[in-house]
Amino acid sequence: MSSYTNTYEVAVGAASDAAPAPSRDGNAASSIASRSDSGGSLPNARELASGPSADTLDATPWAASDAAPRVAHQGAASAVPARQSAHLAASAQHRLSSLDALESEAIHIIREVVAEFERPALLFSGGKDSVVMLHLATKAFWPGKVPFPVLHVDTGHNFPEVLEFRDRTVERLGIRLVVGSVQEYIDRGELSERTDGTRNPLQTVPLLDTINANRFDAVFGGGRRDEDKARAKERILSLRDEFGQWDPRNQRPELWNLYNGRHTVGQHVRAFPISNWTELDVWRYIERENIELPGLYYAHPREVFRRDGMWRAVGEVSQPTEKETVETRTVRYRTVGDMSCTGAVESDAATVAEVVREVALSTLTERGATRADDRISEAAMEDRKKDGYF
Amino acid sequence: MSTPTAVETALEHSTLFRFATAGSVDDGKSTLVGRLLHDSKSVLADQLDAVARTSAERGFGGERGGLDLALLTDGLRAEREQGITIDVAYRYFATANRTFILADTPGHVQYTKNTVTGASTADAVVVLIDARKGVLEQTRRHLAVARLLRVAHIIVAVNKIDLVDYSEAVFRDVEAQLKQAARELKVDEPAIIPVSALEGDNVVDRSEKTPWYGGPSLLETLEQLPALADLETDVEAFRFPVQTVIRPQGAVAPGLDADTYRDYRGYAGQVAAGSIRVGDAVTVQPAGRVTTVTGIDFAGQELDEAFAPQSVVLRLADDIDIARGDLLAEAGPAASLPQPTQDLYAALCWLSPKPLKEGSRLLIKHGSRTVQGLVRQVINKLDLATFADQPASGLELNDIGTVHIRLAAALPVDNYINFRRTGAFLVIDPSDGNTLAAGLVESDHLELAAREDERYDI
Repeated sequence: MSSYTNTYEVAVGAASDAAPAPSRDGNAASSIASRSDSGGSLPNARELASGPSADTLDATPWAASDAAPRVAHQGAASAVPARQSAHLAASAQHRLSSLDALESEAIHIIREVVAEFERPALLFSGGKDSVVMLHLATKAFWPGKVPFPVLHVDTGHNFPEVLEFRDRTVERLGIRLVVGSVQEYIDRGELSERTDGTRNPLQTVPLLDTINANRFDAVFGGGRRDEDKARAKERILSLRDEFGQWDPRNQRPELWNLYNGRHTVGQHVRAFPISNWTELDVWRYIERENIELPGLYYAHPREVFRRDGMWRAVGEVSQPTEKETVETRTVRYRTVGDMSCTGAVESDAATVAEVVREVALSTLTERGATRADDRISEAAMEDRKKDGYF
Repeated sequence: MSTPTAVETALEHSTLFRFATAGSVDDGKSTLVGRLLHDSKSVLADQLDAVARTSAERGFGGERGGLDLALLTDGLRAEREQGITIDVAYRYFATANRTFILADTPGHVQYTKNTVTGASTADAVVVLIDARKGVLEQTRRHLAVARLLRVAHIIVAVNKIDLVDYSEAVFRDVEAQLKQAARELKVDEPAIIPVSALEGDNVVDRSEKTPWYGGPSLLETLEQLPALADLETDVEAFRFPVQTVIRPQGAVAPGLDADTYRDYRGYAGQVAAGSIRVGDAVTVQPAGRVTTVTGIDFAGQELDEAFAPQSVVLRLADDIDIARGDLLAEAGPAASLPQPTQDLYAALCWLSPKPLKEGSRLLIKHGSRTVQGLVRQVINKLDLATFADQPASGLELNDIGTVHIRLAAALPVDNYINFRRTGAFLVIDPSDGNTLAAGLVESDHLELAAREDERYDI
């Protein structure tokens, strides 16, 4: 055993002793100690699937007392080899929080793309990820204004309050909005309605046509790698051919923070500056930066009916069948997409702080909970991306 | 709403830690990553549902049943169809004081490409080996790549310890092989941990079945190691590649007075190394002029100081011509500055199936500047089994070699050994724009370049 690991053990012990971390439900227990309770054995799958058992709630990864992180780092300092501990002690003041580090990374990417491309644009739906993207862009170019237009593909089934929010936001920032309309394609007979009524997959053609018509060579999106296993393999700069297709087998290696955006005529690049953010990071950032969102992200009473294990809003394009009963429930949306495929979750989280807590405690992924289109098959997102979806 | 939650207070102090996994085929890497995610409670119920369903369908674990945790990292349908993993996947989980970004790199075919990609941003690399097989040639390659890319910490997980009946003798033997390899490859001695990804021993929780191992679990190790920025920011000199010049000229952000910012001129970028304070002198490279930082702006806030890896806007005292591609560096004696050079001596990790030949024309992207380059000479390539240099006239996929590239314009480069960001560059194919190689500036490049200059002077 090397001396390194020996000293190390002492430090880990010290850290967990000194910093009893409250678990998710507030009980005092260090996260390391509570993990060892499970002894490494696998929880019964059915038990976990049936809901948050005491075990799942207990060892929350992010639970810790106020003092925990600092104490833990001091503990670490005694454990690392001498060469490193000197630096560690000195560097306490020069340490970015994870949220600041993610923000800085995103701003660096946004500036790189704006500097290297001729006609960038941002996909902006009024959904939380695209709102965060626009906020990051305003910070990246301050005191200048955002130097690119925003682009929205309107499925014709969007929530009216989200469209209103979209229009108000672009007006406030003084930026140009370019809209591609799925409805117009359907009216012209160039796209046909799917039997399941979902219009999300229909966005691809209007998106590509709008990109081509405006000669956008780089399109920012708010896609995150934690959303889906196809997105987990997406590059930060993703090269697309003239059909907008994603070829996972032929991606450029992405090294350090050097981004290669070279492309040929007809190709364009999708840029995902918040690739490394999780849903929780997005909400924490919204809270910290006091970013306004469409109201349906927060708990509100709404007429809903149950379909595919989700609460669906009653609206022009989503009507209950005879067997489905309409009731009024307090719900909120975790994702905001096409009304025909986006479900709400029951929630009392009416403020951003309450949403942060709810997301931290959630036992379902956001797409699993609220997107019917991703339930079509295990590879639904992969298929859409290959066809040019964002 | 009750108290500011424990969640929130902990998160405020949470820092990022990036690590990459590297392993050979069948050493159980997917299971290890799945175990790490599962036991750190980072897997949500619907994901676990899908894993449970598929595990049952495939009869995983026989009578005993159980979850095939490798399915948690199961990727694209294209991969399942071919039974391989084709690309680096990124995964996210958090513990009390750390948010982890895991680059999960597949271990075959383009293993060097994937390992280099994962390691280029990593604070630590976890190299996986099978306890039954010990150190393989590929283990040595992984260690060599981690060393070359100057990853701060190497952790070796000796997996499948359950399959050798938790034998201390087997572990000590593998440990001795690893120490030998580390000595040969001049790698700092790695942390070596006996684990069973399948059974969960020493992955998140310490195992009772390895009483002869007194050290921390894999996750405990990852939680405690200092991140690269913690080790470097205070000892490195300031480096700042200018990304873009911010001159609103009337097009100001909403709510700002256009007249106040009419003459605003700031240089936007991300601090690549070190820190800078208002009043500090900086040298503009490659031109070499010296000026003073008069302000540090970030989205309406005026800062006294900026440090790596913050994105900020710097205002400077003198109205000198600075554009994207220029590098601002802490002013000081010449030896401490990046040296603009047209002769680049560097190690290349060749990541493309298209081979490198002497005489090739390439594009070199360094910081925020891209210039043309001509490969004058392939000096040697590394035999990754012995770590000895051998003569070469070209490089192929997965090769690592040293080359001399003549540049069309001078680049202000640092040694990669001292500056991971400004000592690195991309090699790009001018014909199709693809990335061909990762470049790392050699520590003796100045000496070599000076010799080259003499030759041309004569």
